[in-house]
Amino acid sequence: MRPVAISVDTPDESAALCRKAGYTYTFLSDPKADVIRRYDLLHGSGSPDGKDIARPAEFLVDDSGVVRWRNLTEDYRKRATPEDILKAAQLLQ
Amino acid sequence: MNPQEEVSRPVKQAWNWRIWAGFLVALAVIPSYFVFFAKYPTTRDVPWVSWLMFAISTWLLWTGIRRAFASSKVYRGRITGPILAVLSLGAAVFFGYATLYASRQLPAAAGAPRVGEKAPEFTLADTSGNMVAMSTLLSEPMPGMAGQKPRGLVLVFYRGYW
Repeated sequence: MRPVAISVDTPDESAALCRKAGYTYTFLSDPKADVIRRYDLLHGSGSPDGKDIARPAEFLVDDSGVVRWRNLTEDYRKRATPEDILKAAQLLQ
Repeated sequence: MNPQEEVSRPVKQAWNWRIWAGFLVALAVIPSYFVFFAKYPTTRDVPWVSWLMFAISTWLLWTGIRRAFASSKVYRGRITGPILAVLSLGAAVFFGYATLYASRQLPAAAGAPRVGEKAPEFTLADTSGNMVAMSTLLSEPMPGMAGQKPRGLVLVFYRGYW
């Protein structure tokens, strides 16, 4: 499974985060939230300084581009654990 | 010995450490949550350690204030105690607001792709500034996987890092 992280952060901001946290997987930038809107995940003025951001969500997409699992948390403090995602990934066996 | 002189000799009041300890524990809840407890799901999702800290703070403030009033000649704190208690209550109210209300104010995302639907195509810039398409992510072999395509993608939309 290829993890892909998407947010409104710029490539530089994501690069800094990856360096700091040691992440090596793909981080994509959606600064105008175009893709975020396409996925209906926009959280208007959701950041502490009033920026449009994504509401948290995870999707498992199979090799034909179809969604096989998704997690739309009700509380941004609660997110899918790696175990949740691994369990869901077994759907793609 | 003059009895009046004995009675009027002032007794130094003891420092009411409990009201200060209670206040400091309450003050520590918010930074300790954000710096430490928020990193682990067991203490982040239901912040039981933080609420336990508020309970300990409440007990310390309560017993401290009680002493200040019941034994006012022995302990200080009849004014300071209630002030610190109100400030500590403020910290608890703010923490409750942030973790029980504010973090749940998320839009419903009714139009987000459901299971069985096609994930909308996208092309976005990676950390090096190169444009990457979803189809490329699905077809390009993963590093260290002997030329194999990924079985799928895990798209993680997140709020952003600041």
